Parts: sequence; structure tokens; C-alpha cells
Amino acid sequence: MRYLPHTRQDIDQMLAVTGHADLNQLFETIPDSAKTKTALTLPEALSEWDLNTEMEELASKNAACGSYTCLMGAGSYDHHIPAIVPYLISRSEFMTAYTPYQPEVSQGTLQGIYEFQTMITALLDMDIATASHYDGGTALAECALIALNKSKKANKIAVSSLIHPAHRQIMKTYLNPSEYEMVEIPADENGLTDVAAFNAMDDIAGVAVQSPNFFGNIEDLGSFRAGADEKKCLLIASFTEALAHGVLKSPGRFGADLVAGEGQSLGMTKSFGGPGLGLLAGTKKLMRNLPGRFVGKTTDSNGQRGYVLTLATREQHIRREKASSNICSNNGLNAMTAAIYMASAGKNGIREIAQLNHDKAVYLKNKLVNAGFKSVFSGPFFNEFVVKAPSGFADKRRELAQKHNLYAGIPLESYYPDMTNHYLFCATETVSRHAMDLLAKEVQ
Amino acid sequence: MKSIEELNFPSDVKYTDDHEWAKVEGDLVSVGISDYAQDQLGEIVFVEMPEIGDTFGQGDEFGSVESVKAVSEIFLPIGGEIVEVNSELEDAPELVNTNCYDKGWLVKIKPDDLSEMDNLKDQAAYLEMLKG
Repeated sequence: MRYLPHTRQDIDQMLAVTGHADLNQLFETIPDSAKTKTALTLPEALSEWDLNTEMEELASKNAACGSYTCLMGAGSYDHHIPAIVPYLISRSEFMTAYTPYQPEVSQGTLQGIYEFQTMITALLDMDIATASHYDGGTALAECALIALNKSKKANKIAVSSLIHPAHRQIMKTYLNPSEYEMVEIPADENGLTDVAAFNAMDDIAGVAVQSPNFFGNIEDLGSFRAGADEKKCLLIASFTEALAHGVLKSPGRFGADLVAGEGQSLGMTKSFGGPGLGLLAGTKKLMRNLPGRFVGKTTDSNGQRGYVLTLATREQHIRREKASSNICSNNGLNAMTAAIYMASAGKNGIREIAQLNHDKAVYLKNKLVNAGFKSVFSGPFFNEFVVKAPSGFADKRRELAQKHNLYAGIPLESYYPDMTNHYLFCATETVSRHAMDLLAKEVQ
Repeated sequence: MKSIEELNFPSDVKYTDDHEWAKVEGDLVSVGISDYAQDQLGEIVFVEMPEIGDTFGQGDEFGSVESVKAVSEIFLPIGGEIVEVNSELEDAPELVNTNCYDKGWLVKIKPDDLSEMDNLKDQAAYLEMLKG
């Protein structure tokens, strides 16, 4: 659906119908105190030439991926975006401020969302996926609410302390005004969520575990499935790196009841941390408890295929007073981006990209360990890992950024205060061997 | 929708003001929704059931019936413990439309106090309410 602003002529025609002399008269019900009385303090209009220069100057102050080597992940990943993605997504039918859901005029958009949902269920091996949410953190918080609302007795949600700190913060914000409680499961010495600590907890409605976790380590979701069965609570699997599912055993095959994660890796730029793409999937049994929207495939009265919003009688949409969630929106443009990315990469492509990420991360870790860094955890990882840096690395890291356009890892101390000198590194398919060799040589 | 005359209201069950029915069967009471209720709702696509072992008081909400056009809460005609739910409705919710008094039953309960049945309407009183 295109966005076309009103012309002077449109406005005059509408004023003639409503019987107002001008726009000020139309808006006279707005109190004077709420109106802006002076002109907006905006700079003079620039010529196209000057505007481009100004924008380029502003943009050159940023260190954007592309001209920099980014060895930082932690929930926002530098992946290659095929040219077809921005080309298709910039079509005006998609690039609009409002996601048009009316089936009469929006078959293309609705089919796109339907294909997106289908591919997400295939990626995660789940029965049903929603039309998307704002970001991984809000999708995860919604899953916690589902578990808490489903449970008649238990009032607590158990959350791994190795879930992304920002996602845990969002969950806290969601749960703060409710009567529910969030309890954190500590990490063990292997950098994994301590399943024994979870097993010892009671009054639990659901357990949320991220894999790969914030340290990059791959969790054994199977042991949490067993613990969740014991407690008759729901297992919520989360993730920040969607491409990991190209090689990992899927959350669906581990028997997750709900899956929530961040989809930025599927064709979206990092964009200073947002907007992201919230992915949320569940089992068929929980179909009516999922928040947000679904697009379904149906046939019209002539027997022709069509796409419409479906399951709209769920509580959150019609029975507002019964709602467990009031989310009726989705990140339409980013869902479409992910659909185009996944369709252009294909199943085998996603597997290959995932393998490439892992191989490069293994290469980088070996290089760093040989250069004097200490490997902290020995278990399997995907494209992120933790190392302890030799003293003096903090200064070296600044120098690498300034001299070599290379961003070497994220200090973990600000998230986990006892992890001084620990850094979280990430290597994606975009990182060249040359850059990794250079880093190893510089820190030697 | 049908007229009241076209609908079926057996005399061996009791009715609630919210259009559920209850029928004593030995120690248990079967519960469903009336022909009027299913006709008003239209094509039923899902019935949300309680868990076996859940307990409710008379008039408590114990689930919901979802049709293509609405979702309606359902209220228990008599207090007690849920001992059976009609699992056939999971795959065939339309049984509530086609056979609301037999194959389309919803739950069976072990009543706390069978005398609560006296608070419900018999066929004549229910018909009188429907005809207004």
C-alpha cells in the first residue's frame, strides 16, 4: 500500500465537504495550550548537493560495519545482506509505515507474511509461528507471560542468567507490575545454565534458556526439557543468533513448547541496535495462547487461494478484557526482509552460511589462544566465544580500532562484574582470514 | 438462525440462564450448551476445556466455546470436580452444533451438592425465558 501525502487540492476538496474555511478552523477543538504557535526551528532548506555533503559528513562520524571489521556480536550480528534484499524491500508496497492487513488490497503483503511464518516454523521445527514481534526481547517476555498465564498454580518464571542481559531486562520490565516473579538460574563453571539449580526450584510456570547463550555456548536443551516435564512447566527456548539454527539441533526437536528469538541476522543491518525482528513460535497445543497476529491460507467464495489474518477470535484481539497480551502488531517490513533473505539463501544456503560462521569462529579462537589469550570454556559454540585477554589488551583494543578499523570483542565486565579482562568475540562469514591474522599478529 | 420452535429442548435436562444444560447420570452430572446457544454461536471451531481434577463452584466460568464469529465463556451449572472432558471435541468441535445434548457434551462433573440442580430451569421455564 502506497503512502501518498495530501495535495493542496485534496485538502481544499475535503474542507469544502466538511464546511471549514481552512485547516486552523478544522483543528479549533485542539486547546490553544497544545498548539505550537511559533514556526518550527528548522534549518533552511538545502540544495541536493549541499544536503548530500551534510549527510555524508554526519555519516562519516559513525564506524559502520563494511568499512570496519566487526568481531562483536552479543545480540547484533554483522552478516552479509544479499543485494536482492534491500532491492525488493524498498518497493513502496512493502516500505510503508502501516502494515496493511485488509485482504482485499493486500494479498502480496499477506502472502509474504505467510511465507515468513512458514519458513520460521521450518527453521525452528515448530508447529506455528506468529507474524513477528518488535524484537527478540519482547517476544521472549510474551512467552514468559504465556507460561505464567497458562499455569493455574505456579507464579514464577525461571530465567537463565545467560540469556542476553537486555532481554532479561525487558522481561523484568514486563513482569514488574504483575504479581509474577522472575528467578534467575545461575551459570555453572562451564559457562552453561546450571540445570541442577533449576531442578531444585519450585513454583515454576516456565523455564527460559538461550542457546547459543550469551557466552556463545550451546546449551543442552534436552536436560531442561526433562526438568520441565518433571515440574509440568513450559520450556521456552530463546536465541539471539537466528543463523545458528542452520547447523544446531532445532529447539522443536528438543521439544520446546515456545521459542522466542531475535531475527536481525536474517537480512537486517545492525542499525545501532534496532529495530530488530521478534520471532515467536509455539506448538499447535499453544496456538490459541500465542500473542500477536497470524496470517493463514484459505480459499475465497470462488474457490481461489487467498491469505487473511486468522485465529482472530483469540483473546488478545477481540476479548480485550481477557487478554494475556495486547500485542496486535508486528514488524512487517523486517518480517518481509527475513522472508526475502531466507528465500534467497534457501535451506542449503542457510546451512552453508551457518557452517562458515562456525568455521571462522573456530579459526579466530585458535588464533587468539595461540597469541596468548586464555580459552575460558571448552564446550561447543557457534560463532561467539569468551576468552580471557592478557593484560594491556584494553589499550591494544582501542589502538586496533583507531589504526586498523578493527573492533576486537566486547568486554564482559560490564555485564558480569567478576569477569574482568574477559571478552566476547564473534566471527561471522563477513570476517576475512586476513583480518583475523592481523589481529593475532597485533596482540602477540 | 432458527426460530425457537425449530430448536430442540429435551425435558430430561435442566438449563441455566447462560444457556448451558446439565443432566444427572448416576453419581455424575453431564454438562453441555443448549441448542439455542449453539445456534446463536454458529459454526463452532474450538472448545477450550478445563483440566480433569479442576474444581469449580456453581456459575463459575470453566472454559470457552469459539465459533467463526465469536468466543463465548461457558459457566458450570453445578459446582463440583471435573472428572471427564469430551476429548472427541478436540478434532470434531462441530459435534456441539450437530449433537449438543449427546455427542456434543462438554464435561462430566462429580457434584458437591446435587441439590444445586434445583436452582436450574426446567424445559418449560427455559422455553418461557427464551420466548421472553
